Parts: sequence; C-alpha cells; structure tokens
Amino acid sequence: MQFSESWLRSLCNPALSNEELCHLLTMAGLEVEENEPVAPEFAGVVVAHVLSVEKHPDADKLKLCSVDVGEAAPLQIVCGAPNVAAGMKVPCARVGATLPGIEIKKAKVRGIESHGMLCSARELGLSEDHAGLLPLAADAIVGEDIRKHLDLDDRKITIKLTPNRADCLSLLGVARELSALTGVPLNVPAINPAATVIDDQRAIRLDAPASCSRYCGRIIRGVNANAPTPEWMKRRIERSGIRSISFLVDVTNYVMLEIGQPLHAFDDAELAGAIHVRLPTPGEKLLLLNEQAVVPGPDTALIADDEKPLAMAGIMGGEHSGITNTTRDLFLESAFFPPAAIAGKARALGFSSDASHRYERGVDFELQRRAIERATQLVLETCGGRPGPVVEAVAPEHLPQRRPVTLRIARVARVLGITLPEERIEAMLKSLSLQVERLAEGFRVTPPSFRFDIEIEEDLIEEIARLHGYDSIPSAPPVARMAMMPAGESQKSAMALRRQVAERDFHEVVTYSFVEAAWETDFAANAAPVVLANPIASQMGVMRSTLIGGLVGTLAANRKRQIERVRVFEIGRCFRREAGAGPVDGFAQPLRLGALAAGPAQPEQWGVPSRRVDFYDLKADVEALFAPRRVEFAKAAHPALHPARCAELRLDGVGVGYIGELHPRWAQKYELGTVPVVFEVELSAMLVTPFPAYAEVSRFPVVVRDLALVAPQSQALGPLLAGLKAAAPAIVRDVALFDVYSGKGLAEGEKSLAFRIVMQDTQRTLEDAEVDAVIADLLAVARRDFSASLRG
Amino acid sequence: MDNLDQLVASATADFAAATEPAKLEDAKARYLGKEGSLTALLKGLGKLPPDERKTAGAAINVAKECIESALATRREALKNAQLEAQLATEALDVTLPGRGLPRGGLHPVTISLDRIEQLFRSIGFDVADGPEIETDWHNFTALNTPENHPARSMHDTFYLLGEDGKVHDDVLLRTHTSPVQIRAMLAHTERYRDALTMPELRVICPGRVYRVDSDATHSPMFHQVEGLWVGETVSFADLKGVVADFLRRFFESDDMKVRFRPSFFPFTEPSAEIDVAFMSGALEGRWLEIAGCGMVHPNVLRFGGFDPEKYTGFAFGMGPDRLTMLRYGINDLRLFFEGDLRFLSQFH
Repeated sequence: MQFSESWLRSLCNPALSNEELCHLLTMAGLEVEENEPVAPEFAGVVVAHVLSVEKHPDADKLKLCSVDVGEAAPLQIVCGAPNVAAGMKVPCARVGATLPGIEIKKAKVRGIESHGMLCSARELGLSEDHAGLLPLAADAIVGEDIRKHLDLDDRKITIKLTPNRADCLSLLGVARELSALTGVPLNVPAINPAATVIDDQRAIRLDAPASCSRYCGRIIRGVNANAPTPEWMKRRIERSGIRSISFLVDVTNYVMLEIGQPLHAFDDAELAGAIHVRLPTPGEKLLLLNEQAVVPGPDTALIADDEKPLAMAGIMGGEHSGITNTTRDLFLESAFFPPAAIAGKARALGFSSDASHRYERGVDFELQRRAIERATQLVLETCGGRPGPVVEAVAPEHLPQRRPVTLRIARVARVLGITLPEERIEAMLKSLSLQVERLAEGFRVTPPSFRFDIEIEEDLIEEIARLHGYDSIPSAPPVARMAMMPAGESQKSAMALRRQVAERDFHEVVTYSFVEAAWETDFAANAAPVVLANPIASQMGVMRSTLIGGLVGTLAANRKRQIERVRVFEIGRCFRREAGAGPVDGFAQPLRLGALAAGPAQPEQWGVPSRRVDFYDLKADVEALFAPRRVEFAKAAHPALHPARCAELRLDGVGVGYIGELHPRWAQKYELGTVPVVFEVELSAMLVTPFPAYAEVSRFPVVVRDLALVAPQSQALGPLLAGLKAAAPAIVRDVALFDVYSGKGLAEGEKSLAFRIVMQDTQRTLEDAEVDAVIADLLAVARRDFSASLRG
Repeated sequence: MDNLDQLVASATADFAAATEPAKLEDAKARYLGKEGSLTALLKGLGKLPPDERKTAGAAINVAKECIESALATRREALKNAQLEAQLATEALDVTLPGRGLPRGGLHPVTISLDRIEQLFRSIGFDVADGPEIETDWHNFTALNTPENHPARSMHDTFYLLGEDGKVHDDVLLRTHTSPVQIRAMLAHTERYRDALTMPELRVICPGRVYRVDSDATHSPMFHQVEGLWVGETVSFADLKGVVADFLRRFFESDDMKVRFRPSFFPFTEPSAEIDVAFMSGALEGRWLEIAGCGMVHPNVLRFGGFDPEKYTGFAFGMGPDRLTMLRYGINDLRLFFEGDLRFLSQFH
C-alpha cells in the first residue's frame, strides 16, 4: 500500500516528523518499506506570470520574457522553451535558487541579461518531461514558493501490509490506525448524499448471493467524460502509485484509495436491462479490460446485464462495457464480494488487481453506499451530471457476521506476561473502534465491519500488545521446570559424525535436493523419480534418490575452477516412492551420508610419493567412520560405479550402502578428468556405536606365529580371513593379513597371503604343542575350503 | 702428603687433556694401571714401618678415590660430547611440512546450526527432525492456513507429480520447518496422554525447506530453524527473553539491539518480526529482519493435541543461511549451494 503522506495528514495529523510517523507505523505492524520524497531538494523557485514574450535580437530560438514573480518590478529572463507564451504561469528559478545540480546566477545570454530561469518539469526533477516549461494552473498565486504550490515537500510512503490488515488498504484505514496510536482525532471528509435529479435506475439481481451479498448501483447521466482530473486529485492518486487515466476512472481509484471501496464505472449506454450478479453459464467467455480472454470457473461470479457478461465480479471489468471519452451516461457499481468468493481467483488467472487484492482480504461490508455517494459528489463537482437514485440489493444472510469476542483480563496477562490496568485495556480497544461491554472478568468486544481479523480472544490480545507496544513488554529470562535430556552412549549425533568426516579431510557441501533427470538415470538407474510439478528449471526437475549426482556435480564444478584434488561429503535426504515407508505415506525419505574423493591421495607433498586416491583410501575412511563396528565389503554392482570396483557395505549381513570407483562412462560424460571414488551410506547405520563389552585382560605371554599361504589369484581375502577366524579357537586373539604378494617365486595365477596369528590365554602360558596344533588346524581349513597351501 | 695432592692434580689435568676415550684410557694407565704411579705407591706401602703403613695407606686410598672420580666424570663428559656430536649430524629441517592428511571442514551453515543447537540445548531444548516431502495438512492446514487463505500466497510452494502425471494435492515440498512443530506436539501429547502431568515441550527443528524463488537473496532450497516451547505459563515476555538472549549469544554481541515488531503469521497470535541492529561493523545501526515469531495460535495448539485453555506456547522461525551470512560477512546466498572449495575451505 503506497500513499501520499500529505493526504494521510489531511485525515489525521499528529505532531510527528516524517521519520517518527514511519517508525510509529512500523512498530504498530504497518511496516514502512519505502519512504521517499516526491521531489528532489531545491529552493528559490516560485510561481511566475509571463507578462510578455519577444524575440531575442541575436538568436532565433531564444526569447526575451518579462516575468512577474510577485516583486515590485518584472524580471527580464531569456528562455528557449518552445511553449513559452505570454499569460501562462510557470515555475521560475530566481537568481540564487539551487536546483538539482545547478545554481542560478545572473547571466548574459547572447549579450542580454537574464535574471533567472523558467523551468521544465525535468529541471525541477519532477519527471523526465523536458518538452517545454511546466505549465501551472491559471489560478496559481504569483510569487508563491513552487514547493508549496505543488505540495512538493510531500513524501511517498509504502507500507508492507500483512494479509490480515485489509482495513489498512486505504488512507482512511491508515489514518484510523494513526489516530488510535496517537489519540489525534480523525478528520474525514463529510459525505453528503447527492440530491437525486433523475429517476433512471437499473434493477439489480443478486442471483449468487454467496458471491455478492451487497450491490449498490447508480446512473449518472450527462457527464463530461473529457473533463480533466483536478491537479490535487491527480497528485494524490499518482503519489499513491496509481496512474491517472481519465477523470471518471480516476474518481473510482481515488475513492478506493481514500476509503477502501473498489468501484467500477460502466458506460450506461452499453448496458441492457437489469444488472445480474450470477455464476457463469457453462463455457461462457469474457474479454477482460487487460485484453485477456477468460472462461471463468463455475464458482467465479460475473456481473452481467440481461444479455451478456460485463465483468468478473470483484476482479476485473470487461473490455466492452467500460467508460470511454465518449461516455455520456455512467453506471457506478459499489459492491461487496466476500473474501471466500474472490480468494485465489485472480492468482489462478496469473494477475492481481487492486480490487481483487482488497476483496480477497476483506472490504468493509457497510461501506458501499457511502462510497457511491462519495464518488457521485466528486463526479458532480468536476464534470457535472444528473444522478439517479442509488439502488441497493442486499442478501443480509450472506453478509459477514461480527460476533462478540470475550476478552479475559487474566488471559491478557498470561499470554503477554505483563499486567495492564483494565481501564487502559478498555481505552485501547475503544480507540480501535471496537464496541466494548464490561463483563465481570473482562470485556465483551464486538469488532467493526472493517476488521476481518478479530474472531478470537488472542486477536484482541494482539491488538492490545500492538497498541501497548511490543517494545514495552519486558524480555524475561524464562522460568521452567528442568529435566535432563537422555544422552545414549550407543547413539552418535549426526553432528559428531560430520566432524569425524571433516577430520578425515572431507569438506561438507550442501547440494540441491532436486536434480536433473539424467542424474537419476545415470547414478541410480531410476527411470521413475519423484517429479516436481513446478520446477524452477528443468535441470532441477526431479527429487534425488542418491547423493552421488550432487557430489559429482560439485567435482565437475571445481574441476572447471582448476581444483584438482576434491574431497567432499554431504548429509542429506534422498527421496523415492515407497508405500508405508515413513512419516509421509508413499515416500521414503532416508538421510544418507555420501562422500567423494578425486585427484591426488594427499596434497602435493615432499615426503610422500604422489599417487591418485583409490578404492582402498576411501575404504579406510568408511572403516574408520564405522569403527569400532566392523563393516563388511561384498562385491556388488551399482549403476553409478565401476562394475569390477564396487562393493556393497553390510552390517550384520544387511546392506547399508555402496562404495566404489565411479563408472568411467560417467567420468567421461561429466568431464571429470580423473575417476573419483565415492561411497554412500544410510545415515542411521552410521549413528549406532556398540556399547563397550568388557573382556578380561590377560597377564600371560603373547605367542605370535606367521602363516604364509599360497592361493589362487581369484581368491578374495574376505571369505578366507572369515574362514580362518571362524576356525580359530578362543586362544587366537587376532588373525591379521600383513602381506599380499604375487610374482617371482610363485606360479602364474597364484598369490601369497601372509597372516600374523596372535595367541594368548587368560589363565596360563601357552605351550608350543598347542600353538603348533592351532596353526596346523588353520592350514587344514585353508587347504580344504580355499584350495590354499602352505608357502614353501 | 704433598706428593699425593700433586699426583691427584696431575691426574685430573691429564684426564682433562684427553679429548677422546683412547687417550683417556692411556692417562688412566699412567696412574691406575699396573705400572701406574698410584699403583706403585700402594706397592711401596709394604716397605713402610707398620705404624706408618696404616696412615699412609688411608691417604693413598683417598687419593685413589679422587683420581677414579675424576676419571668417571671425564668419561661421562666425553661420552656426552660424542653423543651430541652424533646427534648434531642428524638434524632435521623442522620447517618442512608434516606428513599425512590435512583436515577438511564443515559447511558454514552447519557450523551455525551446530551453534544454534548448542545454545538451545543449554536451556533445555531438544532437537527434532521431520520429512521434507510433507503433507499439505502438516505444512498448511494444521498451521491454521486453510486452502485459499491469503497467507498461502506468501509461499510459493513446490508440488509433486503423481505417477499418473497429475499434481498431488496432498503432498508438497515443505515451505518451512513449522510442520515439524505439529509433529513434535502430536508426538509429545500422545506420549503423555495418560500421564498425570505433562512436561513442557521445548524443541528446535532445523532443516532444509523449499520455495519457488531464485535470485541473489533467495534460493529455491534453503535452511530454517523452528523453535517451539509449550507449557502452562509460557508468555510473550518469555519469547522475547529467549529469542533476544539467543541472538546476542549467537552473534557474541552483548550490545546488539533486538526489536520485536507486530506482524502476521497464520500460526501465531500475537505475531512478531524480529529485527536486529549491530553496534559496529559494516552493517552498524541498520535494522535487519532476522526471524519471525509469536505465541502459538490456539488452533495450532489444538491440532497438536494441546488444550489452549491450559497450555500456551511460543514459536519462532529463522533462517540459518541469513544468520551465517551476517555472522561471517558473506554477501551472496548462492555460495552456500555451489560447492566451491575455495569458499568452503574457509570454514572448519
């Protein structure tokens, strides 16, 4: 809501500076967003009367003017404006005046003295118009400061209204608020019903009373559609952000801005018979004022006459029934459309109008007759005409109700945390035009017709808090009954995990949850992802089911910035359709941890030979993040990953994620340069750490034996190690692989695996014979189950 | 006896003159060896009369001890000198970089979220989480925002397509973290449904939210933190106290100005916007909108299973992205989501 400050002050004028006024409104919930002067600063410009104009003796385009500025003698001024003429009134910057960017001095122009400058609108910074001098009204007072004459010390104030405060979508509404806040009385222009001159009228039929519960109409015949809009009115509406179009249109906008009632003016000659407010017939079309052809939905009311639809009720007029410069007879509409009938309709058509904006938030439903009288008054004052009677149709059962709300003094104290005297509360409520009736423990309060936001006790408490001032409510350190929160030792927080990942040289990233569809097919083989109905861009069209896409995207972006070594991770949700999978039926939304590493395993270093990060580097990261839990790595396939360099991560046999090199195909397609290694794990699996299980520490000596086996090259370590461990008796503390070798000394297709076997008993010292027996047993298992033999 | 003193002095001087172990051993032989001067004196004792033998023997033994002690001291000194010489050859360039992996870092917004969690945990707030594909009911209806409510136009909501290609009307990407309020309230009231007393509910809900918006100050995905405190005596003054305290602790600025200004949200009443102004730095003295808050609307309490006659509560919602930008002086929101390591590596 934009408005002229001086217009507001004409309705309520507290002794506050512009800045104080704006602060007061902001702190009352009418947030002042913008507050700008209507004209730049300048001084020394007055209304001048051009007495005579003669040609400059030495210049074809210059003229010598004799100008009266209200002093004893006229001034001689040289002027080049094409429109300068004797008799006109124009702004004159006198010698010593300061204009935006220039100072006016006595000067000689082509040899002739000039005592000032006659000004265009642009020279005063009022507009871009510099076609000629700014003509002033014929009745302008000569010598008066132009700032006063044109009210240029006015400011344009824009308030950001919250949707509950429709009552402030007018100057009257803001003035009412200002009056309540300051106690300065309102000064509202008197509205006197116009004397009816003719009997002409149109019948009004409310065929859809739920969509329109009050409609006032009036015919005014014989208006002058070409009458110019008075300067004061033009100034007010333009400074309130509405363009001046023609007087009759300007009047409807002026009244809307002034008191908040949208009006519509029809050319009466275009109307046939009665006015109907009705729902559309199936397929009915309407061409709107903005030249948009619409087929209104079945619940969108239309204004129609006996023959045709005329306008979309409360939203926008039709193209063919509006007033033009040939209109002689006017039909004025002032109606109430309930918010529910209008809400969302303009938005559905892709626009918003001043009328729909107001109606969907709530227009005072007792304002219609006053508004039509106000408009009539302004029309008659300026362009004449013969008014007929106001015809009012009303469906009282469909008008909004204003039910009384009970306010308990004790509740005010409880919600706000402060105690206010009853009298003060009563005074505040009354200042807001609420009807207040005292009850034993509080008040019965009935809101006025212009307030749509007071239905419950809390609404009143908010009003009290606003008027009292939020600043005046103390900030209290809260008092509460405390209880400790559970802190399970077996549960790790996601934040602790994040830190752990970061300690292992990964940088956390946050990538978008919506990705391009190709990422889903490439990295998750997901041909049916969750699709956004209204994505912001096509490459953000589907919900991700894997974090890999975002990590690869991050790598690609950093590669473009010539960053070679990239180690990043993300914790975020992934999304897929799955019935009964979580809090929102039909969608699984697990949190996952994903990480990617590419480029050198370590930053370029003098003490470590340079090599690329590989599978086993990230495997160590995964193992460390799961520690002390043992995670199993089982050879597996994943659409994003290299088919022979990919493993599924399993905890107690249950799959919880994948690790592997990115498939070279994707590395090439996404121009990654080198192939990154990635892993992605269900977050929930990483946040559980086992509760420590104590085992007695042995005081007896440790026996260590090495066992070197020769096995086929294809033999994976995992099962072999698991088989050895399973076969080992309790005295075996650890079986650890310490060497893998193939080459000289071994046959083609063979490799040697060397294990260190650590044995110890808690009760006694081990004897050589039983140690030998353990090694022999392990060797036998290796032979039998894994085709391995003792390395000679 | 002067002879003995001289002998000790001479031995000490000889030992000191020996600059390496072999020479020291030669010197030792000259005094303590088979042919050494002291040994000779000891051998000569037998020739003395018995009454002198004892005194002379004692004196010689004292001298012998002195010489042996001087020898031991010198041996130790030579050994140390040798070790030091050896160690000097093993010098490292201590300014060469260390080996091993450096550290990565947390996302700056995560750092803020962690601080927010810690601050609120310190006054008894728990942390709750909720789904990002959310039901329309949790995101709007239960938050007192029925269909066609003008407040719904304040959010530009992302909707989803069903498998049939039609727009789902019952699910959406959550536009704020407020639906977690509803989930937390329902879980709490359900848990204590049959209990004699219900403890207070204090919870914050951080997470990602989505709106159809994108420019230098808006991202279609961003973060929010919702806070909620419901109890029997919770008031607007408490809300002011908690939020103002939080903001000053978060920004570590005791003199920061915090103001509450009336506003409107469908799910709170009274509602407020919170502005802060720093007392120093680039933004000194400017009011910056930083959060929205208010007393939980009775309808919302009811949807959460609380009786609004018995319980009151406050809720607030703020943008950790904006808090982070202000805290570190970051000027472009998009940096948070671009994964540029040159940016991210500035945060740990």
